[in-house]
Amino acid sequence: MSKQLMKGNDAVVCGALLAGCRGFFGYPITPASEIAHTAALLFPQAGRIFIQAESEVAAINMVYGASSAGVRSMTASSGPGISLKMEGISYLAASELPSVIVDISRVGPGLGNIYPSQGDYNQVVKGGGHGSYRCIVLSPNSVQEMCDFTMLAFELADRYRIPVFVLSDAYVGQMMEPLDMPAAIDPPGPPDWALTPEAATNGNVITSIFLNPEEMEAHVLHLQENYAGIQRQETRCETYRCEDADLILVGFGIVSRILRSAVDQAREQGLKVGLFRPQTLWPFPETQLLEHVGRVHDFLVVELNNGQLVQDIKLFVAGRSPIHFMNRVGGFVPSPEEVVEKARQILGKDAAAPVREKSSEVSVPK
Amino acid sequence: MADKTLSKPSAFQDVFARKPGVDKSGTHYCAGCGHGVAHKLIAEAVADFGLKDRAIIVAPVGCSVFLYYYFDFCAVSVPHGRAPAALTGISRVHPEAICISYQGDGDLAAIGLAEIIHAANRGERMAVFFVNNAIYGMTGGQMAPTTLVNMKTSTSPFGRQVEGEGHPMRMCEMIAGLESPVYVERVAVDSPQATMKARAAIRKALKIQMERKGFAFVEILSPCPTQWRVAPDQAGEWIRENMYPVFKLGVYRDKVQETDPRPAPPESLSAREVYALLTGEKDSGKAETAQTDSNNGRHSKSPEAPAIDSICCKLAGFGGQGVLTLGVLVAQAGMNADYHVTWLPSYGPESRGGTANSSVILSREEIGSPVVNDIDVLLAMNVPSLERFLPQMNRGGLVIYNSSIVQEEIEKRDGVKIVGVPAMDLAQTAGDVRAANVVLLGAYSALTGLFTNADLDYALSTSFPKPKAAEINRKAFAAGVEHVKGKEEGARI
Ligand SMILES: Cc1ncc(C[n+]2csc(CCOP(=O)(O)OP(=O)(O)O)c2C)c(N)n1
Ligand code: SF4
Repeated sequence: MSKQLMKGNDAVVCGALLAGCRGFFGYPITPASEIAHTAALLFPQAGRIFIQAESEVAAINMVYGASSAGVRSMTASSGPGISLKMEGISYLAASELPSVIVDISRVGPGLGNIYPSQGDYNQVVKGGGHGSYRCIVLSPNSVQEMCDFTMLAFELADRYRIPVFVLSDAYVGQMMEPLDMPAAIDPPGPPDWALTPEAATNGNVITSIFLNPEEMEAHVLHLQENYAGIQRQETRCETYRCEDADLILVGFGIVSRILRSAVDQAREQGLKVGLFRPQTLWPFPETQLLEHVGRVHDFLVVELNNGQLVQDIKLFVAGRSPIHFMNRVGGFVPSPEEVVEKARQILGKDAAAPVREKSSEVSVPK
Repeated sequence: MADKTLSKPSAFQDVFARKPGVDKSGTHYCAGCGHGVAHKLIAEAVADFGLKDRAIIVAPVGCSVFLYYYFDFCAVSVPHGRAPAALTGISRVHPEAICISYQGDGDLAAIGLAEIIHAANRGERMAVFFVNNAIYGMTGGQMAPTTLVNMKTSTSPFGRQVEGEGHPMRMCEMIAGLESPVYVERVAVDSPQATMKARAAIRKALKIQMERKGFAFVEILSPCPTQWRVAPDQAGEWIRENMYPVFKLGVYRDKVQETDPRPAPPESLSAREVYALLTGEKDSGKAETAQTDSNNGRHSKSPEAPAIDSICCKLAGFGGQGVLTLGVLVAQAGMNADYHVTWLPSYGPESRGGTANSSVILSREEIGSPVVNDIDVLLAMNVPSLERFLPQMNRGGLVIYNSSIVQEEIEKRDGVKIVGVPAMDLAQTAGDVRAANVVLLGAYSALTGLFTNADLDYALSTSFPKPKAAEINRKAFAAGVEHVKGKEEGARI
């Protein structure tokens, strides 16, 4: 049986090992802890390194060290820990060190709670650390993608010498689904810029300090050029029943799963609704989204935060279509029915929603 | 000063080509600064021991942030204070590397205190050279954790006060109190004699690395005439007068003799081996196993497979009654029967109220939301789960409850089949009351005929790999099947 039922968090560890990740550096935090548990179990069995660091600050710097040493390495955490990692991530971006950071986001601000949330969107997608940098941000919505996108994250990190986030949430992390184990790869050896105990790399230096403004400007511009290339090449998205849609629902992560159910329910009720789901949050699949502007009348953005992705959608759409917004915060997720109701309001169909047959509400069997 | 007595070692670059500006032969340090001396001692040892190719040095944030202008081996600049963490990453992945951390007192004893203590406590394979000049040099002479009592700095303009600012921190003493470090010594570079001792300590710390013995820590009392506002030729005297009484020179820990070299770490598995580890299969590519799905062995007496598009299940009970596992079993059997499946533990605000539950969806179509609000099948282990989830039952649904503890009369509902099974009693007879969840699985499978024997075998053997548990759970499963014999009619899901 090539399929195994497992949690999204465990699938991350499988993806990492299959991608040839050599070091996992973590610190416990719910709802990301299973990643550390499973890595602690499997990495040593695979002859790979697992360290429970003294803090997220230390963990991200261990990644910084391992990456400068030319091997694939990663860390995983949730909101409060991601905040602590931001210093290191800015340095990783500045030093162009390939690295993978998994965020199983929980509700914030502050200690918040451990339930599903998308409140880290701004922090992760916009930067969060200091300076003019970017990270690639992948957004899985299934256990299979937790594995596949972790592998992809390592590929992209190496290809572009950039930190890559896998931004997920407590539901996708805790949920179990069948995982079809992808083929494992042996990653290439250390790149020529790495620090290794070999004569070939003698004298290599990795640094992010450029006191001379001309040099610094050249470096920052070089980074932006890399980012522009990524924007051209690496946008990913999934659409569902958008072809003839009057209203397109937009959401990522667990929300996109709920929206998919909402689309099916809406269609059953004669509402022409589709789903646009970004799989890369940076670079955002802007061109693919804009293909629908003009043809589709409205967009409804659904998020588990105070309205973060919707700000970007408004920027992209630039007033050409109405953008509606719906959210839950605190750890709740909206039900597909609630989304369909909102869709009905937007589309101006005032026909009442059909009541789903509940046993207690049915007196005479048909 | 002492550095004049040393010639340029070969682990220094001939010309400091990386250094900006026209002067490519002198360092960027102030006259009389101790960093240059410490650099030369390290470079000389690295060259003498033939370690140039293997050495990797981490540059701190501080005046020595640019140490890679000078050293002719691998170097990496890291965030302020994080050198021991970054070097841990390097040391672990390159067992052959000679790992060196070079840090100032602000870097190591203030912002990076956690990183140095924990690297020391883990006994990381690295040599740490800690340059203690009792002040922040780079940022303009602010107070450091090692600043002396009553010493004036730009952030202690009236002198460091014990009350409020504490005493100077003695890092050697702190680190020597840990069990893992192999060697801890404090030296100084205030005079040629002192510098010769510093040289010996640095060489010893690097020897420990060559012998793969672990963590070595050398603190170097070092002049910063600029920020002390002392003439360079007076700085040595200043150290002896002010620092020696607080920071006593000497060896604080030496376990070199009794420490064995670290064994080489195990080899990293290849792609093929990793795939086998994760799947139990040999191929590193996708191993397609033929789907052996047939109706043979289906539990239902009815020969045809139930034509069901999607089933939303809720498995609920007290924490500890195994309802999460029960959900996993249903999902595993469903996966084996080629359904799309999702399993979600009670998670989020909906998990309040004394019941644990898991939600499982089996579907012939791709599954959107894994959240179950409208229930087709409820397997309930206690009264609160019935109270909570009965109102969410869909018409045509099936409820199987644990009648061992649910004595209440269950209110009949139109279009919902309700079956009581004394799951805990049957499990007890099978050998373990904890197998009550599996009794319900048996009853559910038998009532619906949803799964083949192969599906159930797969689920049970995956969840209960140990022989004893496997046996009890198989008995419990059979008891559940037996109990509902003859009640299949009408149960469609
Ligand atoms: C996070 C962070 N905080 C503050 C600074 C500013 N900073 C740079 S060097 C330094 C102190 C360095 O002092 P020390 O470690 O004693 O080294 P020295 O310059 O004396 O050699 C500080 C506070 C920084 N670079 N990063
Ligand atoms: S400020 Fe002090 S530590 Fe920095 S270079 Fe000058 S003397 Fe050396």
